[in-house]
Amino acid sequence: MGGEFLLEYRDVRVDGDDGPIVAGFSARVPAGRLTVMVGPSGAGKTTLLRLLNRLDDPDAGAVLFAGRDVRDYDVLDLRRRVQLVGQVPVTFPGTVADNLAVAGEVDGAAGALARVGLDPGLAAREADRLSVGEAQRLALARSLVLGPEVLALDEPTSALDTTSKAGIVGLIRDLADSGLTVVMVTHDPAHADLADHVVRVDPRSRDPRP
Amino acid sequence: MIAAASGAGFGGPVSFADVALALVLVAVALGVSWWRRVGLESDLAVATARSFVQLLAIGYVLDFVFSDHGALTVVVLAVMVTTATLTSAARAAGVPGARPIAAASIAVATAGTLGVLLALRIVHPQPRVVIPLGSMIISSAMNTTSLVMTRLRQDLAAGRREVEARLCLGQPSREAARPWQRTALRTGMLPTVDQTKVVGLVALPGAMTGMILAGASPLAAIRLQLLVMYMLLGGNAFAALVAGELTLRRLFTADHQLIRSLRRTAA
Repeated sequence: MGGEFLLEYRDVRVDGDDGPIVAGFSARVPAGRLTVMVGPSGAGKTTLLRLLNRLDDPDAGAVLFAGRDVRDYDVLDLRRRVQLVGQVPVTFPGTVADNLAVAGEVDGAAGALARVGLDPGLAAREADRLSVGEAQRLALARSLVLGPEVLALDEPTSALDTTSKAGIVGLIRDLADSGLTVVMVTHDPAHADLADHVVRVDPRSRDPRP
Repeated sequence: MIAAASGAGFGGPVSFADVALALVLVAVALGVSWWRRVGLESDLAVATARSFVQLLAIGYVLDFVFSDHGALTVVVLAVMVTTATLTSAARAAGVPGARPIAAASIAVATAGTLGVLLALRIVHPQPRVVIPLGSMIISSAMNTTSLVMTRLRQDLAAGRREVEARLCLGQPSREAARPWQRTALRTGMLPTVDQTKVVGLVALPGAMTGMILAGASPLAAIRLQLLVMYMLLGGNAFAALVAGELTLRRLFTADHQLIRSLRRTAA
């Protein structure tokens, strides 16, 4: 990691069915901070996030993690180190504890739940009975138990009510303050106030480097 | 009246005159379609004409193969496998490489199942035995293959969020897709399992009916039918397994990503 920037987009282009989704995009994400990527719907924010853990690959340009092209990493190892949590929280069949163990054995499910503000007593509950807000926290807990270096969040509050939103935003801030590199994508300019670092994503734009 | 017109009537061999008379029932279907504006008249006509030509042709081919040209058995089976492959692949639009997948799964099902029957000396290696049994395996494997390919693609597209959530946690694509692969295999295998459960209760199946109509004893007929049902269970398991495995490989990249057509459904 060493350097100041943990992630970097270098002149990235991603093609969709009707032309580029993003083109000529460059940006850097500092280590151990909260970076908010803000832009209108359809600007390609989700696509940019998906490049970080290689759910998608760019058609041109490169994405670097710790100075190396993400394509040079073992993809399964990369995905564990760069955790991406989607916009709509996904729970898997089984209990909350089962969900935490999807990616492997977990020491202390209770601690993992407490870290994201969930009642450890929920461990035995069926995951499909959680509220959307609880499910979003569970998705975060499931990612954090892997001990990632980066947490990439796609509109983490868009599916939530106002109270849950505030809770999740506070939690994200705390995670960044604890030294985790957090990248969050949002269409809500208000979230930029939370950020240590803001990257604007304009439709098909050529963003200047920060 | 009918018996007098056709000469023999049923009970002995069916003459072409009998077949021509049975067209009365096709006329009934045409009548219903026309009367109720179902719009199937031309389809019925095509189906009737095609069935006549196709079966007449295969009748002559089989007659030729059975009369001392047994070496052609493999050719006949290969033509059947090819036709089944093209049919199955056409149904599985959206699955890349559907043809090679269908070819492999139908061929493995046929070779595997016939191989077991021959190796255990359950059936004799004669064209008269191998071709009819092979055709049953092939047509059943064709349906299974289409079902597995189609279902797996549809389910992975519909379950894209969950599949990708699993990939995000570092699961390999094979593991991430396992719940959907299981469902697809079930979908492919279940119709035969259900048929086997109700055989004799809901319908007397084809092989048995044929033998009884041809004058065999019902007990001889059920032995053949049991053989056929067990054979189809095995054949479809082969087909489902191969189709499920190969389809899965074509729906993910080597880098454990869903293929583009499944990925870009909601950008």
